[in-house]
Amino acid sequence: MLKQIEGSQGVAEAVALCRPQVICAYPITPQTHIVEGLSVLVKSGKLAAEYINVESEFAALSVAIGASAGGARSYTATSSQGLLYMAEAVYNAAGLELPIVMTLGTRAIGAPINIWNDHSDAMAVRGAGWIMLFAETNQEAVDLHIQAFLLAEQLKCPVMVCVDGFILTHANDRMDIPAQEEVDAFLPTFAPAQMLDPAHPCSIGAMVGPESFTEVRYLAHHRQVLALSAISQVAETFCKTFGRSSGGLVHAYQLQDAETVLLSMGSVGGTIREVVDEERTAGRKVGYLSLVSFRPFPSAEIERLLKKARTVLVLEKALEPGSGGPLFGQVQQVLAGEVPRLFSVIAGLGGRAITRPSLRQLFSRAHSGDLEPIHFLDLDRSVLTAYDATLQDAFGAC
Amino acid sequence: MFQIRVHGRGGQGVVTAADLLATAAFLEGKHAQAFPSFGSERMGAPVVAFCRIASSEIRLREPILEPDALIIQDATLFSSVAVFDGLSSCGYVLINSKRSPKEMGIGPSLEAFPSDHVLHLDAADIARQHIGRPIPNAVLLGAFAAQTGLLALESVKAAISEKFPGTMGEKNNAAAAFAYEQVRGSQASC
Repeated sequence: MLKQIEGSQGVAEAVALCRPQVICAYPITPQTHIVEGLSVLVKSGKLAAEYINVESEFAALSVAIGASAGGARSYTATSSQGLLYMAEAVYNAAGLELPIVMTLGTRAIGAPINIWNDHSDAMAVRGAGWIMLFAETNQEAVDLHIQAFLLAEQLKCPVMVCVDGFILTHANDRMDIPAQEEVDAFLPTFAPAQMLDPAHPCSIGAMVGPESFTEVRYLAHHRQVLALSAISQVAETFCKTFGRSSGGLVHAYQLQDAETVLLSMGSVGGTIREVVDEERTAGRKVGYLSLVSFRPFPSAEIERLLKKARTVLVLEKALEPGSGGPLFGQVQQVLAGEVPRLFSVIAGLGGRAITRPSLRQLFSRAHSGDLEPIHFLDLDRSVLTAYDATLQDAFGAC
Repeated sequence: MFQIRVHGRGGQGVVTAADLLATAAFLEGKHAQAFPSFGSERMGAPVVAFCRIASSEIRLREPILEPDALIIQDATLFSSVAVFDGLSSCGYVLINSKRSPKEMGIGPSLEAFPSDHVLHLDAADIARQHIGRPIPNAVLLGAFAAQTGLLALESVKAAISEKFPGTMGEKNNAAAAFAYEQVRGSQASC
């Protein structure tokens, strides 16, 4: 059913359609509207689920872990510092192979405190072993949650659906919310692969020593490799069932003969597509590659689609000081030696808007080769001068 | 695509206004996108919200830099906020104020605009009469529908009823209809 609603409400309705049995909630901006929306659905009796208000994000995911180990389909949501606070449990959920689904309303990490969107929080747990999917639109956010429960339960691996905070979570958009019977046909009733049951006592997550830990970690990686084909298959089945394309490993836009390609993730894709169209109209062969799946990382797909490009710009909303963009590092591994020019672009940190004028200028500078190895989009150098001088005094010119 | 920027202060319903415009457009079968400026909203602080309306899917996710229309809920913003930034020279301006732009000293920036594109009305007072409180939203949305012809009054009223069921919605709808007729009347006379 077509609806004009807030992105968060769309996600809440999609999660409810997946019939979670336990929902753990702790508020943090900008994901709060999602768990609020779910609380209304539970309170009104439309969703039969145990709704548990917990005292922290650490508890939110810990309770989801307990519920999932007890055989319940479990869900929670968080953002930013909340994700960091539950970091230990994030690793445990993956290590215990529990098919939890969590929404991450992506947001910057302090200090300095900043409530706005970027991908620093997602990047902080990128090695935890979760499948991590990024939504480009609110429709895709809705659809990815429905796919996420199926993927998690098929692969015995938790799935994080990353939805850009504010830009998507707080946008009032048009969304097609599927009917309950359609989702029921797509997503079978949860049949736990492992379960704590007093009638059949067992342990989940017993200590593993040096003799087996490497094998456990190998299997965690192997599962992610298998997830590459599972993600594509689930997206195909979704398309057949619901009649629209959502999810999968990547979205390719105007790549056929593209010489210059921008690669990014999440909601910035819409604005990039607009600028790609402008560039094409002006006769320049540019294209866009949007990663939906960040974990597992679709290396082969990226290589297949981009190996003929001359210039690839990796635009990302995260920065590791002293290293650079984490996404760029991975793309560089895949394309080094194949694509002559690779540029890292850091953009949209702490909610700074990524606009068409900035992207036009970026393409223009890429065409003339006029970009630093790590280019900060719209960096205001005027406010840096005094600080730079202090650093120069302290450490000397280098 | 038609782009609307709503300026006001926290508590006046700036975000709700943009949402209602999007809902009204959706009810007409159009594509719409509404979003706030994501500031640390506080009562009384300047707030901006955006609404895009189009006949096909809206992909843009940047803030509205070049609006086709401005709805200004609070006339005390002019000294502190550059509300007219990027406004198209044939755009629309709707101000909640009993004083005209000229009387408020903001006339010069609007002189080049077609005269029926710049409109001011005492939305707070009309709201007081119909709703009992000086909430300007419904009045401004009714006036906007008449001023621009972008949305039918019935769609605006349906959006209001959906958001505010019952008596509150009815009172707001009466206020919207009153403003709509008042603006239509003033357009006919000139």
